[in-house]
Order: sequence, then structure tokens, then C-alpha cells
Amino acid sequence: MLTAHSLCNIRTWGLSRPPDPEVSYEALSNRTQDKSQAFLQCGNCKKILFSVEFEQNLRVCNHCGHHHRLAARTRIDWTFDEGSFQELDTELRSTDPLAFPEYADKRKAAEAKTGDFDSIISGKARLDDIPVSIAVADFAFMGGSMGSVAGEKITRTLERAADHRMPAVIFCASGGARMQEGLVSLMQMAKTTAAAAKCAEAGVPYIAVFTDPTMAGVLASYASVADVILAEPKALVGFAGARVAKQAGVSKVPDDFQSAEFVFKHGMLDRIVPRKEMRLVLSSLVRSLGGNLARNPVLEDSHG
Amino acid sequence: MAKNFDEWNRPLKELEDGIEKLREFARREEDALKRVDLETKIDELEHRRDTYVDVMFQRLGPWEKVLVARAPKRPYTLDYVASIFTDYVELQGDRRGFTDNAIVGGPALLDGMPVMVVGHQKGRNIQERQFRNFGMAKPEGYRKAIRLFDMAERFGMPVISFVDTPAADPGVESESRGISEAIAAGMFRMFGLTVPSIAIVIGEGGSGGAIGIAASNRVLMQEHAVYSVIPPEGCAAILWRMPERGPEAAQALKLTAESAMEFGIIDEIVPEPSGGAHRDPIEAAGIVKDAIVKHLAELQRLSPEEIKAQRYAKFREMGIFESAGVKN
Repeated sequence: MLTAHSLCNIRTWGLSRPPDPEVSYEALSNRTQDKSQAFLQCGNCKKILFSVEFEQNLRVCNHCGHHHRLAARTRIDWTFDEGSFQELDTELRSTDPLAFPEYADKRKAAEAKTGDFDSIISGKARLDDIPVSIAVADFAFMGGSMGSVAGEKITRTLERAADHRMPAVIFCASGGARMQEGLVSLMQMAKTTAAAAKCAEAGVPYIAVFTDPTMAGVLASYASVADVILAEPKALVGFAGARVAKQAGVSKVPDDFQSAEFVFKHGMLDRIVPRKEMRLVLSSLVRSLGGNLARNPVLEDSHG
Repeated sequence: MAKNFDEWNRPLKELEDGIEKLREFARREEDALKRVDLETKIDELEHRRDTYVDVMFQRLGPWEKVLVARAPKRPYTLDYVASIFTDYVELQGDRRGFTDNAIVGGPALLDGMPVMVVGHQKGRNIQERQFRNFGMAKPEGYRKAIRLFDMAERFGMPVISFVDTPAADPGVESESRGISEAIAAGMFRMFGLTVPSIAIVIGEGGSGGAIGIAASNRVLMQEHAVYSVIPPEGCAAILWRMPERGPEAAQALKLTAESAMEFGIIDEIVPEPSGGAHRDPIEAAGIVKDAIVKHLAELQRLSPEEIKAQRYAKFREMGIFESAGVKN
């Protein structure tokens, strides 16, 4: 029930924020953590949400269906078997090879904000009891950008899948390669794509899920060479970011340009899957595409 | 900071125009003594020019390298192809309904040895530039390249890639036809090759557009070429929302051949004639050819499986990070 007090807060909040879904989401998640706030406002449709319902609906707006961004660990909890996630590659840390302006500060801020050391969380998990090699990106960490650490984690995720014959599932959320690591970041595109090729040669299925946003250097590398590509509704999916495209002279674009729906319409992905159906679809895919993997002997002790 | 090559190059161009005018006077001069005088003057000016060029090109900054890499007279892929190979036949079409003019390629002979050539192509005048889409390939360009990679594998031909693009085409058409997928598929196919592959950055190595045909066993870079994760203007647009701060971004991005070598991204810096490849395209092509021949000879000592494994290991190593406090 709306009390005068909470209504007043929502109004103030609504007025003081620009109508940008990303910014609103951040405010939204902060408010979600604050248990005293029972009501939220969707950054997309601006309607009022009951926070318990919103959480139960996996942070999809009950009114407009907007899929709000998820933190990597939340997504892992909500997608894979409860308690099955075993995080790996936690020892990896970025350096600042170019001594790039403000990079160290931005990374520190991102670490403080997310509690993690990079944009990718990787490891092993189970999906309806089937072992899978997973990596999940967090847009909140420097726009999910791919530098050396993210590239290494994605590569290890795909190599683990190939070596231990378990399906790979990667959730993408990235603005692209991390320009602060320069050419080394560009090379992560080649490195991760090579690992995907290794997976394919090993006959191990690799499924990519495009979440909001999946762009540029990530889209143009490992994300696009998966066996099966799924996307969350309305996720931003495209090659050139708005500012870069503008710089290259691109002006008029269709209304649905660079949305998951646009990319789907042009045959670049297999299915748009609502968040609450994602686990089900992934589970079916790993059981069918990965169905023959179980026949091959797997050394339990090599699952490392 | 100069905005383009011509602006930056103006002092040198004025000096050369002056020398040319004196030469004209000398030709017309009937008095032998005066002619000798003029010729001495010309020699002196030419010597000064050579010194100027040597000194200037020895200490090019990152932004100046960007300008030189984009110089309109710099040799492009087809210029190198004409000097280095024989029997080159350009092949076209992605067999999916489209053709692209920003990536060219086809079979050719290198001193009699069959090779497959692929490269970005820019144009020199306005019509050519539009025809080549400023060297920005659309998905069909990468899909044509993949056809050529397939053929190279089938017929046992090494793949030689010439990289020279500001970026892949970012337009609506390219998005509709899956530019990202096309680039990713290009790299994916290259990693499956069991024939040797060599990529050489001859001008602008523009991010994804470049790496889409450059996932090769050996990656070389010409002395004044640049290779970058993002065009400096794009980087400035993102960082400071000011594309005109490109020169600063070029500095920060460390996009020169020296830096690429230092980071272990490239295998060799291929020298250019004094004052850059555009001042002597034939000599430049000779040096590039020698480098290709040398690296090819080394790679041909490996078995097909070793070729593939070497390429995987090479890119697998790329990345600079700390692991449990130890630097990789």
C-alpha cells in the first residue's frame, strides 16, 4: 500500500533522476537493498513497483516487462542449481600496462562498487544436475569491458569446457573491449574466439546469452561464435556504440536498431528468451546438445 | 597539432615544391655557369631535405604516426600486391547476395609459390574512396575473406593478410547483416587453418575490422603503421566526449609498432624507406616482400598440426595480468 511518506520519496526520486533506464536501475537496486523501501519505480515505464513482487519476478518490471540489469552473482544464483557454483580464476588481477589516464582509479571504483576484481565471474556449476562451465559478465564493473583478465577468464571457461567435456554457458554484458588496456584488449577478441574454436573442435556445445548490453569487441568475438545464441528481451546488441558510430558519420537509424529484436529479425540469434524461462531453455539445450558428452569418459579428478 | 597528413606535411611539401621550381629554372637556364650555380643550390637543398626527413621520421609521435599511416599517398594493399606477387586474380562475392570492395583478395604466386592474398583496400580520390567505403569493410568483406581462407586450406596455400582499415563499417546495413558475427567468424576460421598465415599491418590497424583478418601465425607491422583497439577520435569521444582530442588519445592508446612489439603482440617491425613507405613504394614493397618470404620459410618447417598449435599458443599467451601476485 502506498503511504504518503513513500509516495513522496518516489516522487522526489523520480524527478531528480534523468529518464535513463541504466541510472534508474542503479537507484532501483540501491533501494531494493533498503528493506524499509517497499516501493520502487521502473526506470523504463516509470510505473510504481512493489519491491517484493519485483524480486519475485526476477527484476523484470511487472508492468512493461523491462528486464533490469542483474549483478553477475545474482544471475548465477537465479540460473544455476542452488549452491552448485564453484568460482574459479579468482586469483587474476588486472594491471595497467599502458599507464592509461584514470584507469587505476576507475578500476578501484568498480571494485568498491561490485566487490569483485573484474567484469567476468567464472567457474563451474550445475544445471539440472548437469555440470557446466560458466562465465557471467557484470555490466556494473567498468561497463563489462573486456581487458586481459576478462579475456583470460572467458578463455579458461571455454578451455575447461573443451578439456573436461562439459557444455559452456556464457552470459554476456559488455560495452566491448576495454580501451584502457589498448591493443592487448583487442587481442582478447582473438584469444577468446580461438578458445571457442577449440570447444567446437572438441565437440562440446557452447551457448551464449546476450544480456543488456552486448556490444562491439565482445559481440564481434566469442559471443557471436557460440553454437546457440539466446538473448534477453530488448537487450542492446550491436557493433558500434552510439558515440563511435556518430564519429564515423552514422546518423539515421531504425527505431529498433541494435535491439535483441532487431538482431533476431536479421537472423543473428536463435531465440529471445524471457528471464523466467532462461533456466528451462538452457537446461533443455545442455541436455540435448550435450547429451552425447556423458558417453565419453570424464576423469573426475581432472575437474579442476 | 595537425589534423591530417597534408597539413602536417606542408613544410616538407613546400621545400620540395621549391626544389622542383629551382630544377625547372636550371633546365631553362642557358648560361652554363649560372646553371651550375643553381644545381649546387639544388643539391644543397636536397641534402637539407633528406636530413629533415630523416630527423623528422626518427621521432614521430603517436599522433604523427596516425597521420602518416593515413597518408593519402601511402601504398595500399593492391600496390603491394602488384609489386610483390605475380598472377594475382581478384575474386569477389560472399555467395550470400553481397559483394564488398573494402576487402580485396585472391590467389597469387609469390616467387612461383601459390599463396592466398587478402587485404583491406582504401581509395585515393573521392570516387575511389567512396567505392572502397574508406577501407571500412561490411560483413560481406569478411565473408568473402572466409571463402578465401577455405580455399587456401583446401589447396594448401599460405594466407597473406594486408591490414589497412580505420574500422569495420558501423552503418545500419552492416548491423543488419551481422558485421560482428562476420568479424568473429573470420577469426574463428583463421584459427582452424593448418596452412601458415601471416598478417602485416601496412597502415591503420583499426580494431575489430583489422583483427577479423589478422589472427595469423605471424603478425608484422610496418614501422609507421598503427594498430589500435579503437580509433583515437573514438577513444576521445568516449573518454572526454571530445573527438578533437584524438592526439591525446593516440598518446594514451600506445598504438605504435614499438609498443605493439613491447607488449608481445607483433613478431617484427618491418622498416620503411626514409620518410615513410609513401616516399618510395617500390622499396617499401621490397622490404615487405623480404619479411613475408623470411617468415613463411620459418613457418613452412612446421607440420600442419604444429602450424595450428603455434597460432593457438601465440594468441593464448596474449594478456597482461597478475595471477596470485605473479605477473603474466
